Amino acid sequence: MRELSPDHNIKLKENLAGRFPNAGFKVEENRGIVVIEASRSSLIELMKHLKEDAGCSFNVLMDLTAVDYLDKRKSEERFEVVYMLFSSTSLHRVRIKVKAGDGDDVPSLVSIWKGANWPEREVFDFFGIKFSGHPLMERLIMPDEFRGYPLRKDFPLEGQGEDYLIESILIPDKTKI
Amino acid sequence: MTNKNSDNSAGKNPLPDTYSTRQEVLKNEAEHLENGLMRINLGPSHPATHGILQNVMDLDGETIVKARPVIGYVHRSFEKLGEKYTYNQFLNCTDRMNYVSSPMNNIAWINAVEEMIGINVPSRAQVVRTIINELSRISDHIICNTVLGVDLGAFTGLLYLYHYREMFTNILEKMTGARLTTTFNRVGGLEMDIYDGFAADVKDFLKVFPKILKDFEGLLIHNRIFIDRTKGVGAIDKETALSYGYTGPNLRATGCDYDVRKAYPYLLYDQVDFDIPVGIDGSVYDRFLVRNEEMYQSMKIVSQLIDNIPAGPYRVEDYHYSLPPKKDVYEKMEELIYHFKIVMHGIQVPPGEFYSAAEIANGEMGFYIVSDGGKTPYRVHVRRPCFWYYQSFPELVEGSMLADAVAVMSSLNVIAGELDG
Repeated sequence: MRELSPDHNIKLKENLAGRFPNAGFKVEENRGIVVIEASRSSLIELMKHLKEDAGCSFNVLMDLTAVDYLDKRKSEERFEVVYMLFSSTSLHRVRIKVKAGDGDDVPSLVSIWKGANWPEREVFDFFGIKFSGHPLMERLIMPDEFRGYPLRKDFPLEGQGEDYLIESILIPDKTKI
Repeated sequence: MTNKNSDNSAGKNPLPDTYSTRQEVLKNEAEHLENGLMRINLGPSHPATHGILQNVMDLDGETIVKARPVIGYVHRSFEKLGEKYTYNQFLNCTDRMNYVSSPMNNIAWINAVEEMIGINVPSRAQVVRTIINELSRISDHIICNTVLGVDLGAFTGLLYLYHYREMFTNILEKMTGARLTTTFNRVGGLEMDIYDGFAADVKDFLKVFPKILKDFEGLLIHNRIFIDRTKGVGAIDKETALSYGYTGPNLRATGCDYDVRKAYPYLLYDQVDFDIPVGIDGSVYDRFLVRNEEMYQSMKIVSQLIDNIPAGPYRVEDYHYSLPPKKDVYEKMEELIYHFKIVMHGIQVPPGEFYSAAEIANGEMGFYIVSDGGKTPYRVHVRRPCFWYYQSFPELVEGSMLADAVAVMSSLNVIAGELDG
């Protein structure tokens, strides 16, 4: 993707350093895009700043997903939730990452962007990462009866077989048979 | 949407929000609720839904009090498959996302991989890709706009334009052998060279289509019934649209001129001249007009390129990334080894993460690729434009009439394959 004015990234880094001097974000550049690694507790504050501050004005949540680094980063938390923000005025992008372990809650962004609703549910559906403050943290695409989280690396590609589904749907109460 | 959900669920008879109640709802086509409302199912298999998606609605007379989309009926877990497939194999999955214009998805994916590796594709391939990309956009917009007409009772437009969409489908068939799932392109260029007479076929299309599109427009945009049914219906303002992650024609109909082709030019979009049409109030009528004008702009792009398809290789001649010619594979040792390496070990993509966006018919399709250097991606995520804007559907239709919901759904151009991934 084409790199827009390069000094924008420098300004953005300075802006963040000025606003969050003690937050300890890991800020780096990856192919011309600033990547910020934030902590779960500071996520909401950071996102609000990126959206509302005149120097940032990243007003669109362009993409939201997660990555499971189960077999890559054994010492760290296994999941990484990735947000991609976009500014419809300056056309710049920024990527924010938040690490989360199994069972950890990540703060929901629905209060900031309405569009975060379904993608967060999708991430919950596929990875089992819960978003705290989300209005309806339930499965979106997979059936409710589904067990497991299919995009986790330890979920088999070929699935778990269909026996468990037949048990739970067709024979609701096995004891009666 | 979130506030409305919580408000309504406090009421007497909350609409079930979970999948398990979906089956319960399906027992009856319609049922009367205690609070005097009627609950109906629009879908999952219904002429007005264009694909397998369901809307459960509570109606007060003919007014929609609450709407809730239920999705997931055609989910095939492409993101999981993508972790197992090589970069060229995943192309088959992208075919099946927006199946109305599958070459666009193919090009978007191949473009993402090539950008990630850093391949310079021969200009012959780039020109052909740009032409096919724009023709696919036309073919997608034809479906969306004519079917909007059909849903509002104007069947003639579909019959007018579909015949000419067939011309493009025939070009694709001659080119790739397939009409729907084209699997167009490979990493590094085209899979095979364009056929003789490709330019003539495209020119034939360009010659007849503008006139018929004008006729089609004339049937609808000054039609009193059509205007009454669409103008101001399902309107959304720019700020809300951006908050929902709208992109593509639906965003441009609200007045925001964001287009990936202009903002981050890929293929040859920085070398051709075209305009971005924008609407005013983001209503069904504006979306219709924006799509119609985009068809003219696409034809403008194609006509600038079709006379100047450069000669030369159609595929990059670096055999780390593309298969060597078959003749050489049979006769030369080195080419045989390259062929074996690509088929068995796939294309080596450098480790790292990368996000690449392309403007497909519905908006920004983004691929987030995490590579660990192997032949398959470690993780591939697809940003499907439908998925982001369809969540605003309740906000668009609540408070309006049931018949308007059909128009809104048509004009949003929700493609079930793209929505569910």
